[in-house]
Amino acid sequence: MMITLLLGTLVVIRLMSVSQMASVLSGEDEDVAQKRDNSMNSIGLMLFMVVGLALMIYMTIKYQPFLLPVAASVHGAETDFLLNINFAVIGVVFFITQIMLFWFVYKYQHDKNRRALFYPDNHKLELIWTVVPTIVLSALIVTGLREWNKMTQGHPDDGMVVQVYGYQFNWITRYSGPDNKLGRSYYKLISDTNPLGIDYSDPASKDDIMTKGNEMHLPKGVPIQFIFNSRDVIHSAYFPHFRTQMNCVPGMDTRFYMEATITTNEMKGITKNEKFDYVLLCNKICGVAHYNMKMTVVVDEPAEFSNWLKGEKKVIDAAPTAELEQNNTTASTVNTEVAL
Amino acid sequence: MEVRDNTHSGHAVAHDVHDHGHDDHHHDHHQTFITKYIFSTDHKMISKQFLVTAIIMAFLAMGMSMIFRLQLAWPDETFPFLESMIGKWGKDGKLDSGFYLALVTIHGTIMVFMVLTGGLSGTFSNLLIPLQVGARDMASGLLNMLSFWFFAASSLVMFGSLFIEAGPASGGWTVYPPLSALPQAIPGSGLGMTLWLVSMVLFIVSALLGGINYVATVINLRTKGMSMTRLPLTVWAFLITAILGILSFPVLVAAALLLVFDRSMGTSFYLSDIFIGGVPLDHTGGSPILYQHLFWFLGHPEVYIVLLPALGLASEVISTMARKPIFGYKAMIGSMLVIAFLSFIVWGHHMFVTGMNPFLGSVFVFTTLLVAIPSAVKVFNYIATLWKANIVLSPAMLFAIGLVSFFITGGLTGIILGDSALDINLHDTYFVVAHFHIVMGSSAIFGMFAGVYHWFPRMYGRMMNKSLGYLHFWITIICVYGVFFPMHFIGLAGVPRRYYANTAYEGFDQLININELISVFAIIAGVAQVIFAFNFFYSIYRGRKAPQNPWNSNTLEWTAPVEHVHGNWPGPIPEVHRWPYDYSKPNAKEDFIPQTVPYSQTPESNRPGDF
Repeated sequence: MMITLLLGTLVVIRLMSVSQMASVLSGEDEDVAQKRDNSMNSIGLMLFMVVGLALMIYMTIKYQPFLLPVAASVHGAETDFLLNINFAVIGVVFFITQIMLFWFVYKYQHDKNRRALFYPDNHKLELIWTVVPTIVLSALIVTGLREWNKMTQGHPDDGMVVQVYGYQFNWITRYSGPDNKLGRSYYKLISDTNPLGIDYSDPASKDDIMTKGNEMHLPKGVPIQFIFNSRDVIHSAYFPHFRTQMNCVPGMDTRFYMEATITTNEMKGITKNEKFDYVLLCNKICGVAHYNMKMTVVVDEPAEFSNWLKGEKKVIDAAPTAELEQNNTTASTVNTEVAL
Repeated sequence: MEVRDNTHSGHAVAHDVHDHGHDDHHHDHHQTFITKYIFSTDHKMISKQFLVTAIIMAFLAMGMSMIFRLQLAWPDETFPFLESMIGKWGKDGKLDSGFYLALVTIHGTIMVFMVLTGGLSGTFSNLLIPLQVGARDMASGLLNMLSFWFFAASSLVMFGSLFIEAGPASGGWTVYPPLSALPQAIPGSGLGMTLWLVSMVLFIVSALLGGINYVATVINLRTKGMSMTRLPLTVWAFLITAILGILSFPVLVAAALLLVFDRSMGTSFYLSDIFIGGVPLDHTGGSPILYQHLFWFLGHPEVYIVLLPALGLASEVISTMARKPIFGYKAMIGSMLVIAFLSFIVWGHHMFVTGMNPFLGSVFVFTTLLVAIPSAVKVFNYIATLWKANIVLSPAMLFAIGLVSFFITGGLTGIILGDSALDINLHDTYFVVAHFHIVMGSSAIFGMFAGVYHWFPRMYGRMMNKSLGYLHFWITIICVYGVFFPMHFIGLAGVPRRYYANTAYEGFDQLININELISVFAIIAGVAQVIFAFNFFYSIYRGRKAPQNPWNSNTLEWTAPVEHVHGNWPGPIPEVHRWPYDYSKPNAKEDFIPQTVPYSQTPESNRPGDF
């Protein structure tokens, strides 16, 4: 193979010397573009543009079913609408500018008997194409920010508090129970049996429910206040179908409010896919198994959800007694540390 | 004795010294191999050193991308050659998932810093600033030489980090802590990460030495008559780029330094409440988000450090080859200044999902979308320049047109990503990968190609082969769109970036054939660059001798002799009488009037506003 490559290179070098010689003899400077080059390349650019735009439209239509899976959250439906408006606006600009760019290059090919138009500026024109984009962008900014404010102004009292906790390379979910408050946790309390480092001496922890295993349940139509944390490195909790994403950062809480609108069963019908499941993916590089850090998400009708939750054990019941006691003492020292 | 720039009398002394030095050299031209080719202080040689180093690094980084594209398209196949090539990382022909991340990381780092920052600014600022402003050399030849050698050292350290036992840094090119701070979290965060940091610090030293030099040269060493408003747009772009670098790179040093402290001295700037490897760490009170603020304070201006020189080169090439003045010269400068200013106050758009205060997020949405305005002005000005032009399609011109096309395509998707409400769903997906590879990667690399094809005659005194240039252009533009356009689709489907395999979620299975398509294009694009490399190195030795001014250009560099001389011009430095874009001026004898031609010699074409 190396020999073929070497021979090929030698042949090309020979051919190039020959073509150079020929051009020297014919008297024209072969390495400056000639009329033939201009017309060939400008035709090429036109073809490229037409075929490229056609392929782009074709692919967009062909892959439509896979792009932007159906939004299954309240804000998701709204941001999808916003996204489509944005695509429409940038699509128009894209087509106009690309067509003008390639068309002008084709149309105004070099002709040595012609001069270009000496046209260094035109203030009116420049003003127009500064002001028009400004207006369009202002509209996009305003609509975008309105949506942003709406989705980020959560209602902490209404939302059901759910903790999503990332660690290399899996997720744990904790439900806050009837008091809708998560018990305190501290990373130095983490152990095999207490993966979240929950401080059992905090009364708010008494009704907390933790689910491991590879499934997380959410009720449909109930506002949820997610609280995200991480144990080790930064992870990012990404729910593509809910259009929800938030980083999980060690040492701090991050939040996201959302409301699921379609149950898993309904979605199976919508996508005509019996095996459909919502998914929670890690979307911040977090280590060698980053690509495998996922969890199945099941959206239930509220009644189904309550039933499922009742079947899950409270954290406090699952904890070994020895740990409960030891935990109490550590926790009190922790508390003093914090107080200091 | 020489006609020199007298407009800056304050620097007369410096000039005199410089001139004497020059005179000495002029009479006595014995240079050893080492002073001429290795420790050279001549800006033209240094520019070639930057370019060749960047080309080598680019091939390395491109090779890496080809390996991980194989993995992404054919996750179940084995490629036995991998084992012979990368040893234990490709055991049984299967790419190791940790090494995949290392490849992604080093690919990004090399491309962004070594190729598109060092390679682009280093090459063309060095070549063009002295030649286009009419200076004998850079303000400081010594600093300039050091700038290259720090760059070379940085590249070597980065390259060397590939060969260590635990593998190179692999936390992504942004190296966010805690991942990058804790070797327990990923093997690459051990010695590999240390070397990455060392390499970056060396790189920043290089960028700063270079940048200070570029600014000093543009401000102080312009020839007589070369006012700021007569500077070619290339020089304006290099000047603004250098200022951006000087203001933002030191912040990266700070970020890196604190990371070094956290890694080796037990401080807690970025670390808090971490339980890893079965034990809680003592670090407490730090914030990983602090690093991101510091990193992106450089990171976002960095995008423009990469892009502005490319736009500058394209402006010059487009105007020259369209035989038409650049439309809106002052608006072009103005928009570059506005972009540069805004680039410092938009960094938060990389951090919408870090839990930042939503109000702060809205401020960043606002500033980010403002960037689209000067960018739009630039695009419209390019298009207006082509309108009713007389276009010569040299390979450089084709690449410049490709740049504008990419700038539009990639810039527009930026409007979506800059909108926080929409970014939530697209953040860190392939949509982002598509966006920045088109707007920053491909645009900038096309600008660099345009620059190489256009100024090769000035660098090496020979012409590059035109036909190979066309072949290179066509394969490259088709493949670049073929690689990056479909990535928008994958991103919209919700596929995260930096995944070793997309098989984790069965919903992504339908996209596997898009991934195959992308990889095929990527491999063809990679092979096509061999055409360029061949053309480049062949033409250095065997290309046709270049004429004095092959593209009939107006700027000063084409008045310098084809055979390089120390000090650029053998006699006095030419004086400048007009702006650089007098192409196709009505009634002029030819369709270009070089900057050195006084108005008194062109009464037929002078216009009322000219004096």
